[in-house]
Amino acid sequence: MRVCIVGCGAVGSLFAANLAQLEDVEVWAYDLFGEHVEAINRAGLRLSGAGDVLGRLQATSDPASLPACDFGIVATKAMHTAAAVEATAAAFTGGCVATVQNGLGNEEAIARFAERVIRGTTFPAGKLVEPGHVQWDVKGDTTLGPFEPRPAPFAEVERLADACTRAGMPATAVRDARGPQWRKVIFNAATNPVGALTRLTHGRVCDDPGLRRLVSGLVDEGKAVAAAQGISLDADPEELIDHAAKPEVAYDHKASMLQDVEAHRPTEIDYLNGGIVGFGREHGVPTPLNRAIWSLVKGLEQSW
Amino acid sequence: MRVCVIGAGAIGGLFAAHLAKVADVFVLTRRQEHAQALNARGLRVSGRHDFTARVTATPDPGELPDFDVAIIATKATGLEQAAQSLNGRFADATIATVQNGLGAEEVVRRHGEWHLISAVTFMSGTKHSDTHVEYILDTPTWLGPYGDTPYERVQELAQLLIESGLEAEALPDLRPAQWSKLIFNATVNGVAALTGLPHDAHFAAENVESDLGHLVHALVDEGKLVAAAASVELRDDPWEMNVLATKRGSAHYPSMLEDVEARRPTEVDLINGAIVREAERHAVDAPLQTAVYRLVAAREASYS
Repeated sequence: MRVCIVGCGAVGSLFAANLAQLEDVEVWAYDLFGEHVEAINRAGLRLSGAGDVLGRLQATSDPASLPACDFGIVATKAMHTAAAVEATAAAFTGGCVATVQNGLGNEEAIARFAERVIRGTTFPAGKLVEPGHVQWDVKGDTTLGPFEPRPAPFAEVERLADACTRAGMPATAVRDARGPQWRKVIFNAATNPVGALTRLTHGRVCDDPGLRRLVSGLVDEGKAVAAAQGISLDADPEELIDHAAKPEVAYDHKASMLQDVEAHRPTEIDYLNGGIVGFGREHGVPTPLNRAIWSLVKGLEQSW
Repeated sequence: MRVCVIGAGAIGGLFAAHLAKVADVFVLTRRQEHAQALNARGLRVSGRHDFTARVTATPDPGELPDFDVAIIATKATGLEQAAQSLNGRFADATIATVQNGLGAEEVVRRHGEWHLISAVTFMSGTKHSDTHVEYILDTPTWLGPYGDTPYERVQELAQLLIESGLEAEALPDLRPAQWSKLIFNATVNGVAALTGLPHDAHFAAENVESDLGHLVHALVDEGKLVAAAASVELRDDPWEMNVLATKRGSAHYPSMLEDVEARRPTEVDLINGAIVREAERHAVDAPLQTAVYRLVAAREASYS
């Protein structure tokens, strides 16, 4: 089978380099970062850290050069989803397109340009060290399921999950993939922007009782929006938040949004708290705290 | 008439320089060099007015002569020390507090039985050096009796300020004005400190859902509910004050924003904390004001 990674940054590279280890999978990568594409084509895509992998694949910045693919795996930042999928859509007219991105709304953006869509949530993380080289920080699971309004056939979801698992990126195909997705979104929406606005690490946010109550307020709104859609979370975000605050887990972790704020880069706030507000509006659930946080981070972006 | 001004920042400087035209003015500074510079060079005012005033300055409260009136113009964070320095002396004096927020009078009351005047000032200035303040906004100072202070004392001080060239008004009950400013400051200063935005058009924008104006409006509405529960009828609508202020030519940098950027302690406890405490006292929910209070307080905690 042939897979194209759309957006070959840190997370995209983890899928690309690992899938390229399989005999029966041909991997392509579409990315706009020219030096990265060139380095991959010249010397392969290297992962180091949690696993040492060298993947041989074909990378391109020219969507017209992509062959017809069985699967797309979209891994851009959420604000680039629509543009990236629109550019590459011709490669997927006979295939399925999965997202492994953060936040809410990516599936809807993909479905504007693709017939068969796979909802996905992934936990592995890394960072681009230099063109052609990604540091693999954390291993983790991926959950895939049909996107209800424009579903991929479940057998295809299973085929992709199986390939990822065999490649060393454990993935599960489920009928309803919303639970893990909302669990991750609620966790991120309740903690990332609070870290970004206060400049505190995850552990210090949780140490401050008043701030921790604000985090719980954000979690409660997210849970209410999920419940109104009939989504059952696969784990309680509150427990995950407390677990991550332990010194040996992620006490000193600076949320990616805090890193974005410090570097004056656009954040994914529209797809986290903005997404919760949007789905809340659609289902008649008030989300005043998420909306407040959304406005504050948008204001912060506007101050640069 | 002998007047003592305690604290020679922008606001204290504007009071001291103007009052020196109609009274003997003594200035209590924090730093020895500041007092020396004022004694040697006088205090220059530029901007709305242009003159240089002669004042007598000292960092030593023991050197203050008997005075008729004192204006405590330190920041809220310096209030306790200022009141301490007058402890038990000048029993028949009138003392006015012009701090932001609520509760300054109680702090001063703990140190003596003076006739206290509550005041809020809307004038603004920029301190360019120890001996030069630019008078930027000539909006008024409002004064009212605190406790059983005779109203005549308030009227006398207001008259003195007017004669000195400043805008001032005596009010039999200051609370409507004080609360209007409290709600305005808690909202605008808090949002500015968290977003890094000066008080500009973003604060009045209510177009798309994530626009900051929606949040500002919601924070003001919460403040109004707290005021109503405290039986205070606002003098001015804080939302209208906000819209008006954003239409001025140059955007104002609220002191709380300057404080967080310089990693200094802020007035969040006296301003935002006051609204949150009043909400609790009157059993009113103020989740958004509470969120802003906790976020700014946590931002301060991030300095260390």
